Amino acid sequence: MSTQLSLGRVARAVAAKDLRIEMRSRVVVNQVFPFAGLVMVMFAFALDNDDVLTRVAGGLVWLATLFSLIIIIQRSFAVDTADGALEAQRVAGLDPAGIFVGKALAVMVQLVTLEIMLFVAAVVLYRVQLHADGAVLLVTCVVSATAGLSFVGTLYGGLTAGSRGRETLLPLLMLPVVAPVLIGATRATESAFNSGGAAVSDGWPWVGVLVVFAAVFGLGGILSFGSLIEE
Amino acid sequence: MDAQTFNARVATPTTRLIGALAIVSMAWVVIGGLFVTPKDVDQGDAVRIMYVHVPTAWVAYLAFIVTALASACWLLSRKHSMGFDRVAGASAEVGVIFMAMTLLSGSLWGRITWGSYWAWDPRLTTTSFLLVTYIGYLAVRGLGGSLEQRARRSAVIALLAVLEIPLVHFSVLMWRSLHQEASVLSGDGDIKMDGSMLTTLLVGVIGFTCTFAWLVMHRQRVLAMQDAMQMTQLDAALRERASESAIEGSRLT
Amino acid sequence: MDHVGFIAVVYGATFAVIVTLVVRTLSQGRDLASKVADKDKPWT
Repeated sequence: MSTQLSLGRVARAVAAKDLRIEMRSRVVVNQVFPFAGLVMVMFAFALDNDDVLTRVAGGLVWLATLFSLIIIIQRSFAVDTADGALEAQRVAGLDPAGIFVGKALAVMVQLVTLEIMLFVAAVVLYRVQLHADGAVLLVTCVVSATAGLSFVGTLYGGLTAGSRGRETLLPLLMLPVVAPVLIGATRATESAFNSGGAAVSDGWPWVGVLVVFAAVFGLGGILSFGSLIEE
Repeated sequence: MDAQTFNARVATPTTRLIGALAIVSMAWVVIGGLFVTPKDVDQGDAVRIMYVHVPTAWVAYLAFIVTALASACWLLSRKHSMGFDRVAGASAEVGVIFMAMTLLSGSLWGRITWGSYWAWDPRLTTTSFLLVTYIGYLAVRGLGGSLEQRARRSAVIALLAVLEIPLVHFSVLMWRSLHQEASVLSGDGDIKMDGSMLTTLLVGVIGFTCTFAWLVMHRQRVLAMQDAMQMTQLDAALRERASESAIEGSRLT
Repeated sequence: MDHVGFIAVVYGATFAVIVTLVVRTLSQGRDLASKVADKDKPWT
């Protein structure tokens, strides 16, 4: 007789496990964060124009986030596939939906931390000026965008995890899907920064897009994660 | 042991009929499009590209819908009939090619009428996203594993794509509306057409759809045979293994 | 006809690709069909 653990309990346990692994190994903090900072510097090399950088800072932050997300997702599943742990969790009868939500939550925590760092970098490197009236918009944008990115990343990460060189498929599958997040988050961020005269009020419709996106892929992920990780 | 050779016929009366229809329609399109139809009032000769571009675009989107529907049918059918999975795969393979041709013809048309090979128009951008999504879907189909695994994974990916594409299109639409695009960019099909032009366009759509259907049916048969060969080889390998262990077993007693 | 080059490329490329697809699919099909038993062919 097996007792079916609730989705919430499974999710919390999986998220706690993933975050504990990160806190002990510090792989994301020590490797991905510097990578993201480096990307921000390289944008400055490539674009070579202070005014342009300030103007497009929102987009650059989210681009750096997307590139880092790919590495974070691969890391998130590498810890599981190394010893067949994902298989073990599945065979043990853990609800795949719970595993999905748990892993996505752990990714979200890491991603939000990364984004805060990137926004600080934007203020320092690109001379972005933060305004108090854009703060609520910015926070809402970050939360909803990160949720969507984490759901999509975890979903396609589950599919491409494992041996036999599947990881290279992750960017190709993931980046087209997260395009709405890139568009929406960048526009909302630009509104929060008043880049190019964008008003804070212009940003809210974009947050709406981000929320819908997160809801669609959160639900989609819960329904399909199990099918994608079956070996 | 000699390999048996079987009947090499792949055609059926249905495919022969569809094929014949396709050939006749295509001939009509070429003759009509290049010679019989007049220049357009606004676009001049550039409109001739439309007789090819519009049907290929239509087929590319049709292929996407067929893949999505076939994937849903596979997931929902209780016995998971592999025919649905093969149609989904075949349709995607044909679709990606038609999508690429659509972007090529559209780009060349744009060069003539707008002066540039590309514009960040919502329809164009979504079409190129659809192309990349197809490529990803086909890559997932190539991941290996059992036929059932392949079918399940690609079916899920196809249905996620159905969710993704409208979201992408809507975001791009919202995005481009910020730039107050002039109507010149949105009007690639809004041309006044006279009788022969409309007929050629319609025949083109029918002809290309027949071509699509023919290609998918034949490609699906090729996939069925490839899968059958894979199963036969697997069976033979298993039987060999079983007879090896039987010989070993009899040696031990 | 104006822009003959562009129009020729579009028509030429499109029909060349379609013809190649048709020929390849048919020859692949016939080649496989000779190796696969009739019972495995759904259309027979």
